[in-house]
Amino acid sequence: MTAASKSPIIEIKQAPAESSRQSAQSVPLIFEHSSTGRHGVDIAVHTGSGARGADILGAELCRADLPEFPELSEPDVLRHFLRLSQLNFGQALQFYPLGSCTMKYNPVVNDEMAALPGFARLHPATPAHLAQGALELIARMEAALAEITGMDSVSLHPAAGAQGELTGLLMIRAYHRKAGAARHKVIIPDTAHGTNPASCTHAGFEVVVAKSNRRGFLDANEIRHLVDEDVAAMMVTNPNTMGVFEPEIQEIAAILHERGALLYIDGANMNALLGVAKPGHMGADIVQLNLHKTFSTPHGGGGPGAGPVAVKKPLEPFLPMPRLMRTEAGYAFDEDRPDSIGRLRSFHGNFGMVVRGYAYILALGGDGLAMASRLAILGANYIRKRLEGHFPSATSEPSMHECVLSHDLEKLAHISTLEIAKRLLDFGIHPPTIYFPLVVPGALMIEPTETESRETLDRFIETMDRIYSEALSDPERIRNAPQSTPVSRVDEVEAARRPILRWTRSKI
Amino acid sequence: MRYMPQTEADIAAMLAVTGKHHLDDLIAHVPANLRKTAAINLDPGRTEEALTVEISSLAACNAGASSYTSFLGAGYYRHFIPAAVRAVTARAEFATSYTPYQAEASQGTTQAIFEFQTLIAQLTGLEVANAGMYDGASAAAEAVLMARRLLPKRSVVALSRAVWPDYRATIRTYLSALDGIEIVEVPFDDKTGATDIGALSKIAGDRLLCTVAGYPNAFGVIEPLGTISDITRRAGAITISVTAEGLALGLLRAPGELGVDIAVGEGQSFGLPLQFGGPGLGFMAGRMAHIRQMPGRLIGQTRDRDGRRAFTLTLATREQHIRRERATSNICTNHSLCALAATVYLSLMGRHGLRELAERNVELAHQAAATLESAGIHRRFSGPFFNEFVVNVQNGTAAIDAAERRQILAGVALNHDYPELKDAIAVAVTEMNHPEEFPRLAAALAEAAR
Repeated sequence: MTAASKSPIIEIKQAPAESSRQSAQSVPLIFEHSSTGRHGVDIAVHTGSGARGADILGAELCRADLPEFPELSEPDVLRHFLRLSQLNFGQALQFYPLGSCTMKYNPVVNDEMAALPGFARLHPATPAHLAQGALELIARMEAALAEITGMDSVSLHPAAGAQGELTGLLMIRAYHRKAGAARHKVIIPDTAHGTNPASCTHAGFEVVVAKSNRRGFLDANEIRHLVDEDVAAMMVTNPNTMGVFEPEIQEIAAILHERGALLYIDGANMNALLGVAKPGHMGADIVQLNLHKTFSTPHGGGGPGAGPVAVKKPLEPFLPMPRLMRTEAGYAFDEDRPDSIGRLRSFHGNFGMVVRGYAYILALGGDGLAMASRLAILGANYIRKRLEGHFPSATSEPSMHECVLSHDLEKLAHISTLEIAKRLLDFGIHPPTIYFPLVVPGALMIEPTETESRETLDRFIETMDRIYSEALSDPERIRNAPQSTPVSRVDEVEAARRPILRWTRSKI
Repeated sequence: MRYMPQTEADIAAMLAVTGKHHLDDLIAHVPANLRKTAAINLDPGRTEEALTVEISSLAACNAGASSYTSFLGAGYYRHFIPAAVRAVTARAEFATSYTPYQAEASQGTTQAIFEFQTLIAQLTGLEVANAGMYDGASAAAEAVLMARRLLPKRSVVALSRAVWPDYRATIRTYLSALDGIEIVEVPFDDKTGATDIGALSKIAGDRLLCTVAGYPNAFGVIEPLGTISDITRRAGAITISVTAEGLALGLLRAPGELGVDIAVGEGQSFGLPLQFGGPGLGFMAGRMAHIRQMPGRLIGQTRDRDGRRAFTLTLATREQHIRRERATSNICTNHSLCALAATVYLSLMGRHGLRELAERNVELAHQAAATLESAGIHRRFSGPFFNEFVVNVQNGTAAIDAAERRQILAGVALNHDYPELKDAIAVAVTEMNHPEEFPRLAAALAEAAR
């Protein structure tokens, strides 16, 4: 049939609208620009016996179809996701001073190292003697993290910080059980991240909350009252979520140890401690780290990260499986570990993140890591000092790598912390962590990290001051923020009230 | 140092603002004994060139990654990854963003995850999927915990022995701290390699909390999931299916269609590199009626102030940052970027591509099994299989070594995890295998068996 014999009829229902800024930014769902018959991959044709897979298995085992799966060409798919990417803020593009999240620069060479075919194409069931390079990297990373934290042994098994917490707590449980004690309580400060109490529950512990004092840190005397024969351990984030180094941590460790309890240090804020103070020297028995915070692996919009655990010698037998060991024939996995708590996931951990973290440690070296923490601390104190007029610090103690600020705009202009945060978006700045720690009303928790320049910090400071003035002179503007983002204020209440958690083809 | 922009002048100016003279004045309040011993005894920093050389030399010591014909599977599968997947996941807007707490600055991540939830719900045939697991094994453990929250008075977990050993071990670890839970291992049928239905029926009483079965299972066998869920449902319990080879769901009947209540699995097959086993991608789908007990992140659709469609994290009152010790899970950072990779991958494969690829895997695996069969290497089990199957080879581990000398990684010996399967090898075949490899594998194994 020629084009002349039957010209296609194109029905134009509606002339394309001139794209306004906002509509240009909205992207249909992938399912909504699907067109029957398109496909984004070409699958090689069958060259075997001729029987099709569905016939081999028989109709009873096979599904009919995936009728609602999208049908798009490769360029369509790519454009869809690249356009989606443009709706995001990211650390590489914007200042992202999210407290306790350590949004530092994620070196791109690290991604390149993880993608080396020798790592990316290495199957986890590869015999150890054909994977010695990967195992050696794991061994070196374990040793480096032990040195950095002042601990004896490290496992790279846990998938994330919270899984590291669960790992540590299960080890604490196993340790006490081995000694014949069924201690069932864990002390957690009121400033702790939510993962700490949640992990305790999942490890079968009851949470006892320790109040931090008015200066924003833990009082050894308070802890002394809380520790009894039922306390298995205390979990402490140091520096704590006020950004304050726990000055009495060594006394607290001694009190716990005296009563047979253990000290777990949550290394979420390790970016303040590199070459400053080693958790192992503070008396920690277990430390969990977040490679996606201190050790620069990308956050990926919510992972993947990695949550290694480091322990002192008495806890070593309880580390999760598998454990790397060195034999005469090279590295291998040790399967004979009767006291191990077992596995918390498949295979050997998030190796791809371990490669990235190791590349970071190599790039900085011991001295560079120590400098990183000092510059992170400098940045936080610089911001704290320069903002103190309008946004005073919530503590009088010195800040480490992050500062927690408060403000009086709620009182003066009925402007909330959330509204300040949303207004920051209009200036191309990702807001700090807000309303956390819970002990500071309307908190703004700011962690600038060492990879941001003075000019960036200055711009943030000027923006915060400007928002403060604006709150007094033009509060509506702040209440209507953000105006420059792809969508205006998102209705989270509605989302929870009538949950729509997937797309479905609308019935026309 | 190249990652840190501060010049000496910057440092001096910033110190002056804080009223300090030296950087170490900022940490003078840290106890002196700690500071004195804090130096990190590691080599000085490397140039980018030097670190590239050093790490590349380690990567080069993994001959198993490149110079061998591989039939390794056992929960992680070799599949081709279209370049478009990495082109998207490498975008800094996705890779360097945080969990999308600020919805207005995260519509890229939230919409992509909403699409991911939809794709997984469609694949599993269930109503709703989350976006917040680590890997298949921990997702399986979280599913059992979720079942326990739904049926708090019940105590018996019927765990099929034909579920992957890593997964079973993970479930045991996660449950180890819960009082009053009893894990009963359901044996597999020695002939078919599927879960022993008779044995399951005996366990299925009024104490049964949930049944956990592989789909396909650790022997590659496609379980009679409908029968398993019938037995479980009649006992008033919850059926959990566990899929390590996600691609299988492109062709097999959807777990939801077969009566499964919670379908979990590993999404590594959907565009993620092998990467020595991690990061992978856990997925979980279930019923809307159970949503309040589901762990992990959920993205919901809503509106912005101007009435435009928008997406946001939702039902967060299940989560640790709100609910603390009463949260459904402690999970926070998960494998979001891996979920994005899977979303791109599944979008590229689309309605027909995923099924075609799954069919191609079935065809190749059956062709390989037939080639082995004609060389006298028999399948250990008779149950239907997807792209992995178990063969019996005399002196199994010796045969694997012999194949290795011919540059073939023949499969994973099962004797370590299943002492009763002394000479069994699990052989996985995907589209990455060429039919020409099958006679070579057959010859290598047959020679060792003689």
